Amino acid sequence: MSMFRRQGDRYVATFAVDEVRVLRKVASEVVGLLTDGFDHGDPVVGRLFPEAYPDDVAGSAEFRRYTEGDLKTAKIDQAGAILAALPDGEAGGEVRLDAEAAEAWLRALNDARLAMGVRLEIKDGTDLGEELDEAVAEDPTSSRVFQLSVYAYLGYLQESLLNALID
Amino acid sequence: MGGMAAPQVAPVETPDTEEVPVSDRPWVTIVWDDPVNLMTYVTWVFQKLFGYSREKAEQLMLDVHHKGKAVVSSGARERMEHDASQLHAYGLWATVDRS
Repeated sequence: MSMFRRQGDRYVATFAVDEVRVLRKVASEVVGLLTDGFDHGDPVVGRLFPEAYPDDVAGSAEFRRYTEGDLKTAKIDQAGAILAALPDGEAGGEVRLDAEAAEAWLRALNDARLAMGVRLEIKDGTDLGEELDEAVAEDPTSSRVFQLSVYAYLGYLQESLLNALID
Repeated sequence: MGGMAAPQVAPVETPDTEEVPVSDRPWVTIVWDDPVNLMTYVTWVFQKLFGYSREKAEQLMLDVHHKGKAVVSSGARERMEHDASQLHAYGLWATVDRS
């Protein structure tokens, strides 16, 4: 599994082809969710665009009117930062990020994890290892096994990038 | 008060439990706990967005984690809405309320 490390003022990781594929897929899914698939009724959209005033429908609607467009653009851009930095085609390779791109990656990885967390029904106190063991016992080829593995992987990757940035 | 002669005003009875009128109270931005965001990430976001020290950011993160929510900034309503939308860009679950 690849981790980010700091090299001078760059943040560097070398990805295997499978990792590139997964990252391209999750970043593209986030973009899809924010463009053609945008639906306020989708709980993932509800989580990425929280209501500012939980007890005030009109206040929340006004907040949304003023902020949603910019927020959506920012989220599409940050998912785009992942797509832009990945090696081209069906190959692994090195990703080198400057500080700005590294921060965009952090936010985009977080958006992808939030989206997956909603779909996977991750709760406070969910033990990922246990969830994965159960899912494997049920059907090792299931989509849930794959999704849980990707979710865990994105968490490790995000943490490694954060640690490289903070160092 | 400057040197101008103030008009004579009868002293106003003040109730025992004096409350600041609702309209004069500042607004706050609240961050809520969620099961996905990494603790280190939340701390980093607070430092990044508000310029808080690591200690203060960590304490706020722990408050969010253990108490379920924490007030992360307070002030004018427009400012709080700006803070909330910034926090949303980072994926934190933020709301605005009166203090």
